[in-house]
Amino acid sequence: MSIKTEARKTGQPLVGPPAGDRALDYGSALNEAFLQLMERDPTMVLIGQGLYSPWYVGNSMVKLEERFGKERVIDCPVSESAMTGVAIGLALAGVRAVMVHPRMDFMVYATDPIFNQAAKAHYMFAGQVNVPVVIRGIINRGNEQAAQHAQALQSIYMHQPGLKVVMPATPYDAKGLLIASVRDDNPVIFIDDRWLYSQVAPVPEDFYVVPLGKGAVLRPGSDVTVVATSYMTVEALSAAEQLAGSGVSVEVIDPRTLKPLDEELIYSSVEKTGRLVVADAAFPTCGAASEIAALAAEHAFSSLKAPIQRVTLPDAPAPCSTSLEEVYFPKAENIVLAIQRTLKP
Amino acid sequence: MTETLSGDSALWRAMYRAMLRIRRFEEAIGDCVESGEIIGPAHLYIGEEAVATGVCLALRRDDFIFGAHRSHGHYLAKGGDMAALAAEIFGKATGCSEGRGGSMHIIARDVGLLGTSALVGGGFGPGVGTALASRLQGRDRVTAIFFGDGATEEGIFFEALNFAALHHLPVIFVCENNGYSSHLRIQERQPIDTLYEHAAVYRIPSIRVDGNDVRAVHQTGLEAVDRARKDQGPTFIEAMTYRWRGHVGPKLDLDVGLRTREELDSWIARCPIENLANFMDEVGAWNPGERQAIDREVAQEVATAIGFARQSPRPDPSELLWHVYQD
Repeated sequence: MSIKTEARKTGQPLVGPPAGDRALDYGSALNEAFLQLMERDPTMVLIGQGLYSPWYVGNSMVKLEERFGKERVIDCPVSESAMTGVAIGLALAGVRAVMVHPRMDFMVYATDPIFNQAAKAHYMFAGQVNVPVVIRGIINRGNEQAAQHAQALQSIYMHQPGLKVVMPATPYDAKGLLIASVRDDNPVIFIDDRWLYSQVAPVPEDFYVVPLGKGAVLRPGSDVTVVATSYMTVEALSAAEQLAGSGVSVEVIDPRTLKPLDEELIYSSVEKTGRLVVADAAFPTCGAASEIAALAAEHAFSSLKAPIQRVTLPDAPAPCSTSLEEVYFPKAENIVLAIQRTLKP
Repeated sequence: MTETLSGDSALWRAMYRAMLRIRRFEEAIGDCVESGEIIGPAHLYIGEEAVATGVCLALRRDDFIFGAHRSHGHYLAKGGDMAALAAEIFGKATGCSEGRGGSMHIIARDVGLLGTSALVGGGFGPGVGTALASRLQGRDRVTAIFFGDGATEEGIFFEALNFAALHHLPVIFVCENNGYSSHLRIQERQPIDTLYEHAAVYRIPSIRVDGNDVRAVHQTGLEAVDRARKDQGPTFIEAMTYRWRGHVGPKLDLDVGLRTREELDSWIARCPIENLANFMDEVGAWNPGERQAIDREVAQEVATAIGFARQSPRPDPSELLWHVYQD
């Protein structure tokens, strides 16, 4: 089997895949990755709630059960903890599995197998076992779904040594990072946001990987660096576009993988721009934005011309009513304001 | 199954040796905890030897087992290397987990022990997962999951029973009911004390067995393994037993009022090793001097293992960050 490694180099602007590739939406890109992975590894298994459902997981899991059968595509009981443990057991016995949690809030039930077992087995047993499992959590929020159907919990997984955490923002990265995650020999937390599912972009038909731990420059700029995760890349690009008209050149970086983090890409951008805004639509305390800000303060302090700004959710649970949601979820205008704060003399 | 003297005395000798290896090993570990040579927590299996022994002697080398925080006995009964276990409990680089795991995180991959979890109920998910893997890989390998009565109070216990029954997976749930979870008696934790009934709800064949009768445990284990091997689904075994030492370490927990001397003595009187030895005496299963020879060999093996652990180096500090990720 041949795999194309992403041709783009870290630090160079992304120009997208070669011209002529079909455009796919984000969910279809994931679906194609699952299809190609399952075709190539006849023992690989998908487990999750709602895999046979038309509405649970967008279009990302359609037709897989038809194609590969119920032995390998297992819609499972409402038992997040045991089923995630089962996926870990499969990995220990040499079967690669993707465990799908259609709502990340429910994945909290699976904290013991993820934190205490998947993350630690390789270390505790001195490398004699490894746990090549992908645990996919889907962020599904807005539309008055309220506090327990809204959370973006990437930071709690970043906190655990032994886990890798990826958050693709584009259809191209969704496919390439999913393939890379399944082929990685470590437990990988793969987080996608339903708000990204309407993104449409060229996606190669090839079986390719986007390597874990490599960020991407989504838009080059010279005045301010915005590091944005997942859906916030969309808002950051919009903010950059708005500010371009007033002569502010914004560089937008998508880390793509939160752990391991492409630190060098961030530092080299901050060395160029001298200003940093970190946008992560999650709780602020001990969050991904805090970690990135702390690293930049430690390693690129001498380049900074202004205090680092974070754009996150407020330190509060998600509300229900749209009037509250409207001010709860950060948007491009919040990023614009944060950028302007870094530009104040 | 009808036991025949000629056919089974070899098996009984193997049972005796296996149980005695655990007993003498755990006693030595207890001594080393008291002397301060062992720093970390050691949960001793003394008194429960018949459960691990009876089940593991019914398994094949390539079958999987999962354990918990009290798993020295499972490791030894499945065929793990004694010296590597001792060294691990001592925190040494030559240990089965190279000093990264300690007493509660032990592994013997070559005999199907993929690593024990110290979280109560931690074996359920991965254990059932390996059984599913065997199914998908078309192998007739089975998985036995050992756990205590306390683990039947975890939600994942029911989740695992449900999924194993739903997919009739080749897995054996072995509940070591020793009547206590840490310090607390089962009567103060559950409204019932017939734990096998939990599994019956899921239509899993379930049986309560005298966990101090190694022959009975073994027979039950054979039937469960046979069922799993023939793809007839899971079995639940509730083995009634008792740990002689306290929850952790070598002490008896009598002084702190957790249980009575009478209760402990009543179980010591039902020692699984003496039980079997008495039976073998009665039926004349030993050759002259045979028991004493086994006793001497086991004592020597344990002394060698402890000596190996004592003399082994601790891991080098420069290796602190090894194995966090697989490259």
